[in-house]
Amino acid sequence: MAIGVKVMHRPQPESTSYLRAALSGMALTFRHMVNPVKVTQQYPEEQTELHPRWRGTHVMETHADGRPKCVACGLCPTVCPANCIRLVGGEDDQGNRYPIVYEIDEFRCIFCGMCQEVCPVEAIHVGQHFENAEYTRARFVYDLDRLMEQDHPVTNLWDPSDPTGE
Amino acid sequence: MEPISGVPALIAMALKGPIIFGIVMVVVAYTTLAERRVSAWIQDRSGPNRVGPFGLLQPIADGIKNIIKEETLPATASRFFFILAPILVLVPSLVTFAVIPFAAPLPTPWGVVDMVIADLPIGILYVLAFSSLAVYGVVLGGWASNNKYAFLGGLRASAQMVSYEVSLGLSLIAVLMLAGNVTLTEIIWKQQQLGMWFALPLSLAFILFVISAFAETNRLPFDMPEAESELITGYHTEYSAMKFSAFMISEFGHMVTASAMMATLFFGGWDLPGTWDDAFWYQGQLISGFAADGSVILANPAWWKTLLTFAGFGAKTALFLVLYIWVRWTLPRFRYDQVMSLGWKVMLPTALAYMMLIAGTILTLDTIGMTWGFGYGLALTAVSGAATVAFVFFLDRGRTIAGAAAQRAQRVEVKTIPGAVARAGR
Repeated sequence: MAIGVKVMHRPQPESTSYLRAALSGMALTFRHMVNPVKVTQQYPEEQTELHPRWRGTHVMETHADGRPKCVACGLCPTVCPANCIRLVGGEDDQGNRYPIVYEIDEFRCIFCGMCQEVCPVEAIHVGQHFENAEYTRARFVYDLDRLMEQDHPVTNLWDPSDPTGE
Repeated sequence: MEPISGVPALIAMALKGPIIFGIVMVVVAYTTLAERRVSAWIQDRSGPNRVGPFGLLQPIADGIKNIIKEETLPATASRFFFILAPILVLVPSLVTFAVIPFAAPLPTPWGVVDMVIADLPIGILYVLAFSSLAVYGVVLGGWASNNKYAFLGGLRASAQMVSYEVSLGLSLIAVLMLAGNVTLTEIIWKQQQLGMWFALPLSLAFILFVISAFAETNRLPFDMPEAESELITGYHTEYSAMKFSAFMISEFGHMVTASAMMATLFFGGWDLPGTWDDAFWYQGQLISGFAADGSVILANPAWWKTLLTFAGFGAKTALFLVLYIWVRWTLPRFRYDQVMSLGWKVMLPTALAYMMLIAGTILTLDTIGMTWGFGYGLALTAVSGAATVAFVFFLDRGRTIAGAAAQRAQRVEVKTIPGAVARAGR
């Protein structure tokens, strides 16, 4: 039984001119050498424009008097698929609930944005920001003060003029 | 104008050596940067542009990095030769610059200083001798590493460099016959007297020299010894840190020397167009030419002439360095058999035939009494031009350097093997 070998029929010119091919190649590279196509983005100097729905470093919104908007309802740690939010709620003497501890581990976070979606008072947001490199792993756990200090724009997960999606 | 002598001559010599060595090392360092930047532009990238303005401090950063990196020594390597090899490669590539004149003579209050470290009477022979010594370092490095890839790289280097040395030397014979001397200062002087640079009257020798020099320096398209895709990096696979750097410096040093040689032998060295900068020591006098009655015209050296001619020499060398880089980032690597076939079946016969042609032409021109000058050059240019056109015509027929398709045409097709069929059918 013969073994079937698939033969690819490609165009086979009898001979190719090395010199002409080499010279045309040299001409092509020369054109690029004197006039390179600029495609490289010089990153730290030229910043990328982030998409409005970019989900990055979290931001905790604050009231005018500096208190966090969070009411410690516990929905975000519940919905968080990466289990990266630690929330300990408390209650002041007027019966207002507030977060005693609110920590987000940016290493565990998968930036799905579900905490922002689920928040009833629009307190926690994912932001249009990604440059959060640190020297130690511990610094990646953002506490409440640090979340409130973040001043980059927050993500528009939906149209702000139509918040209920109607 | 008297040549410098005595103690000032010794001081001038002591100054010239280190200064030129320093300049060559800086040029080598910045050739590595130029290679990376030009290759980046060719490929629409930016290249290293972070260290200093336009990345100009990159070679220094590379040097510091290479010095502080760990030196590795393979356990099975031959320790003595492993350490000896980078030295053997580095030294010849740097000492060859000693005989290359780089500017017109400089007048000083103590006499005229020749702008060449050592104007050896053996000139080109010194360059050839030392540049062929480099192959020992490459072979030794490949062998001492005790690595099969490094060993293959060393083997390829020895075969390739020895093969192309032949055509390199033969292509130079034409220059030596025309100049009548092997001293590089006299070769430049003859080009000044001829009224044209040797690239025109010896065009085919120039082409052969460029191709051979590419092969000699192990640059693409002839970089078989380090063929990254096949041999990792060939003979310096096992080297790290400053020993690796020594191999790189020697590769670029060879490039600079070869570029300077091309500029000197075929593009007039430091000579600039016109006769204002011509200068040559003739019977103890610095002359710029001969009058019609045979008496000498004294040269008038000046510091600005030295400076201008030095810039001219630098520009010519830089031009060939850019050519090296440009070719490297354009042409793909030859197959090994193609390199050997080009070297032995094309370059060697062409160089031999061209040597005979030029010898015959020079003999004919001398016999019919043509005087050395522009007309002499034009006659040689015509002959060489015809030879070059013929060479390119025959090379371009796809006979010797052909793609895979032409190789396929040469292959013997075995249609049927009766025994094999019988066995297969059983």
